[in-house]
Amino acid sequence: MSSDPATVKEIFNTMDYGPAPESPKEALHWIQQHGGTFGHHIAGRLEAPGRKRFETVNPGRNETLARVTQGTKGDVDRAVKAARDALPDWAGLTPQARAEHLYALARTIQKHSRLLAVLETLDNGKPIRESRDIDIPLVARHFYHHAGWARLATETFPDHEPVGVAAGVIPWNFPLLMLAWKAAPALAAGSTIVLKPAEHTPLTALLFAELAREAGLPAGVLNVVTGDGQTGATLVGHDDVDKVAFTGSTEVGRKIREATAGSGKGLTLELGGKSPFVVFEDADIDGAVEGVVDAIWFNQGQVCCAGSRLLVQEGIAADFHARLKRRMETLRVGDPLDKAIDMGAIVAPVQLDRIQELCAIGEAEGSYCHQPSWAVPEDGLFFPPTLFENVSPASTLAREEIFGPVLVSTTFRTTGEAVQLANDTRYGLAASVWSQDVNRCLHVAPQLEVGVVWVNGTNQFDAAAGFGGVRESGFGREGGIEGLTAYLKPKTDRARKAFAEEAFTPKAEPAPVDGPADPVDRTAKLYVGGKQARPDGGYVYPVLGADGTLAGTASLANRKDVRNAVEAAKKATGWSAATAHNRAQVLYFLAENLTVRRAEFAARLRQLTGASRPAAEREVDATVSRLFGYAAWADKLDGRVHQVPMRAVTLAMKEPHGVAGVLAPDEAPLLSFVSLVAPLLALGNRVVAVPSSRHPLVITDLMQVIETSDLPAGSINLLTGAKDELAATLADHDDVQAVWYVGTAAGGAEVERRSAGNLKVTWTNGGKRIDWTDDRDAYGPAWLERAHRVKNVWVPYGV
Amino acid sequence: MTQPRPSGSAGAPQVDNPGIAYREADVPDLRVNLSASERRAATLPARRSVKKNHQAAWLLKAVTMIDLTTLAGDDTPGRVQRLCAKARNPVRHDVLSALGMQDERITTGAVCVYPTMVPHAAANLKGSGIPVASVATGFPAGLMPLELRIQEVAWAVEQGAHEIDVVITREHALTGNWAALHEELTQFKAACGSAHMKVILAVGELGTQDVIAKASWVAMMAGADFIKTSTGKESVNATLVNSLTMVRALRHYHDVTGHTVGFKPAGGIKTAKQALAWLALIKDELGDRWLHPNLFRFGASSLLGDIERQLEHHVTGRYAAAHHQPLA
Repeated sequence: MSSDPATVKEIFNTMDYGPAPESPKEALHWIQQHGGTFGHHIAGRLEAPGRKRFETVNPGRNETLARVTQGTKGDVDRAVKAARDALPDWAGLTPQARAEHLYALARTIQKHSRLLAVLETLDNGKPIRESRDIDIPLVARHFYHHAGWARLATETFPDHEPVGVAAGVIPWNFPLLMLAWKAAPALAAGSTIVLKPAEHTPLTALLFAELAREAGLPAGVLNVVTGDGQTGATLVGHDDVDKVAFTGSTEVGRKIREATAGSGKGLTLELGGKSPFVVFEDADIDGAVEGVVDAIWFNQGQVCCAGSRLLVQEGIAADFHARLKRRMETLRVGDPLDKAIDMGAIVAPVQLDRIQELCAIGEAEGSYCHQPSWAVPEDGLFFPPTLFENVSPASTLAREEIFGPVLVSTTFRTTGEAVQLANDTRYGLAASVWSQDVNRCLHVAPQLEVGVVWVNGTNQFDAAAGFGGVRESGFGREGGIEGLTAYLKPKTDRARKAFAEEAFTPKAEPAPVDGPADPVDRTAKLYVGGKQARPDGGYVYPVLGADGTLAGTASLANRKDVRNAVEAAKKATGWSAATAHNRAQVLYFLAENLTVRRAEFAARLRQLTGASRPAAEREVDATVSRLFGYAAWADKLDGRVHQVPMRAVTLAMKEPHGVAGVLAPDEAPLLSFVSLVAPLLALGNRVVAVPSSRHPLVITDLMQVIETSDLPAGSINLLTGAKDELAATLADHDDVQAVWYVGTAAGGAEVERRSAGNLKVTWTNGGKRIDWTDDRDAYGPAWLERAHRVKNVWVPYGV
Repeated sequence: MTQPRPSGSAGAPQVDNPGIAYREADVPDLRVNLSASERRAATLPARRSVKKNHQAAWLLKAVTMIDLTTLAGDDTPGRVQRLCAKARNPVRHDVLSALGMQDERITTGAVCVYPTMVPHAAANLKGSGIPVASVATGFPAGLMPLELRIQEVAWAVEQGAHEIDVVITREHALTGNWAALHEELTQFKAACGSAHMKVILAVGELGTQDVIAKASWVAMMAGADFIKTSTGKESVNATLVNSLTMVRALRHYHDVTGHTVGFKPAGGIKTAKQALAWLALIKDELGDRWLHPNLFRFGASSLLGDIERQLEHHVTGRYAAAHHQPLA
């Protein structure tokens, strides 16, 4: 290592920081032990290196560290097979035995923590302080926490079973931590996993697999296949994978959503971000300045949830920027292995190029760029901490994820405007809110369209608290009880039979002109924004009864009707903001009003479906019961306070997705429709629902009940017509946050594929038939679970 | 009575705070988020590792910033004499020579004693350039009539003290009577004359960081040359967290008024490692200018011994024994 040439006397006068190098010796020795070249880790064995290899580079010195194998289809097949073969024994272990294995992994990580930290820093370029004090301790914590879940998963989720073989595609910014976020819950849940580390940073995954084997983890439970994006795509697309967890860019996440559409694979995506860092005038300004350091200059800003958009209240903006610039002067950038630096190296030349390119665009667009007076070292991939001031929301820098140490700053005037600007992005991962007024913080946090809010803090993570985004930052949570469920599936899923309804496509007829021929217009209208509405296209379609005679005509909604309905639903924010008690009351009232008209609805069901009287009455009664059930749940789905290891309350708040589209089947047209819509409404979603295309009239009858049941305008909207056509428009719609579809396998696949546009949350029946009469299949926690998302709000406290 | 200060050469930074008249409107609403401060304090030592020659140089610098202190009921002229001898030669000559620092006149920043020990300290430090610091104003509780406290300050100055470490009436801070605090400190400052006034806030008794910040500000408005954390007698003395609150208030005061104030953490700083953390705090939060005994002091009695042992270890490569370091 470099010597210390300065004399004590010189340093006594300058009081400079000197080099404080961490030795890379042991980590380099480990690489050399393997001849500097690695194969995959499959079925408990490190394979011989493959023929095609690529280099992994130490970005701190721009030197080759090792060569790893480019995973082929054959390699992926072997790894998935190993995971499949290992699954029965692993899933069959007692919870206690699985817990002991995870506990052993946690202990192993702690035992080898320095080796893992140094290797991570060598491969990734992050400061050794971060890998040593943040990444690796969080990895150990994740395995300890999930050792607990391994012990408790079965008793906590008795109706669930392991999801099966999971595939984890890992990013390069927190290589081992993101591995832990996927492997720990998968293993705890009794699933097995194949991991594909990022091509820039494969080494700690390989070391971890080796340590796991030494710790006695059964062969095949955890496999590592190295390679580039193509290898990842092969793994994600593998037919025998049951669940995919991906962390990375929104662009790749979208491709994975499309590639897995219709496959029945579980999917969680943790994608990009452009997270706001909001500083109000009553904040601890120096504290917030330091918060910015931890937000955007942590891991060189290569953090999906980096607070990269500074929103600062106009009155303190000048002061804040001045203090921030002063702080930037004292940041230290350099050798990642130096224990006294704040920022290390950018992971790869391609990333450095992108950062430089975006900064050039920012300057060209007229934003003012500030960097510290000092220069970064030249013998590595370094970029200085950078601040762009007075960046308007319209500029490229305010919208694009830079994924580097570049902060853009915008001012705001009021709390309301801060929320508006914070939400003015396609992403929705995290947000920081700085104010010493807890009233203000707790007023703002629920309004932010994100998965995580840090009050007076930033970049805080813990195994007990779920992490993940909304909007185009993806869906699903990693960590906490909310993350564990991604690796479990309801046992009832297995018992479902194939969906057997024939697709029904309504045939358009011109709408009848009101006239003397029929004194009463029996055409059922659409229901949009609390009003009955004629279809935009002016077409209706005949609805036949079970006996083949005309039962009535229904409106044929088109894409413009979808647009109108979504607009109405979007405006109906009052339903989401209503108290849970209020929502419960409305749903009870709806159920009560339906009871009053029991005979009428039973008759309609008999007319449309040919059901016997008792069967029709049972369906109405079951519908009433289900409405009561969800009304009962509405004010009982409490959030949680996660126990994170710091002085804070971390609130896991259950929030509605927002606007949800529902496409209902023909079977049990009243019961199935209400079974789908009621849990969404109970949680505060606003719904655009398409009832059975074949039997819509029972739901258009329900419209009148809805009208008299105090459901606010826009909270529920009804569109009759061709299911798959309306499903496509809803799945495409960028202002729809969730779509539930019950129909053919092909229709469901199409919804999933189209949902990739804004990465909305989807649920489909996966080509399976739901038994609507069976509460275990069609009612209960699983439905409530998918009707909401969890926002974690970290509120540290103390004076 | 004035002596040249040890680092009083031209160009050395100096405290410069005439204070400002008290107006309630000039006391800013300083807000401190405790959790954010704790994070900063916890990560700072981990971010700023100082090794080898740099560590030796930094530790020697720390020695020059120590107010070598004895504040005990059993202090005697003999004890003070020994302390002053140690202040003149805080590090063994052989160690200094090995570090190439034998010609640098390494002494502690000051000697700090009770008022009645001032004459003894002054006599023993004569010609050394080392200032005598005296606590005063009814140290440590400060609950003495105001006239007596003012008289005590004047008396200590008359006896040869160059620096007076005054304690504040905690009641004024705890009840938000900032005008009263400003008033008493203004009178102490007048009684100090040309001696420097170091204002001890007794932060461990002020309850919250916000109060510490405000008390710091009002002390500076009243002309404090230094603000100091603690008497060393409270149950909570100097911590990185409360120091952070004070240096940020001090920095803000400098930004707003242009006046330079020094900082002295005191109590509980016992190890070389702690001293390095405080120096890093000062360097990163206030800048290199404050890394000078004119603007930064440690109030400590046992810190020096640990630094001596670390310096010897640096020179010999062997871990050092306490009994190899001369006692004060």
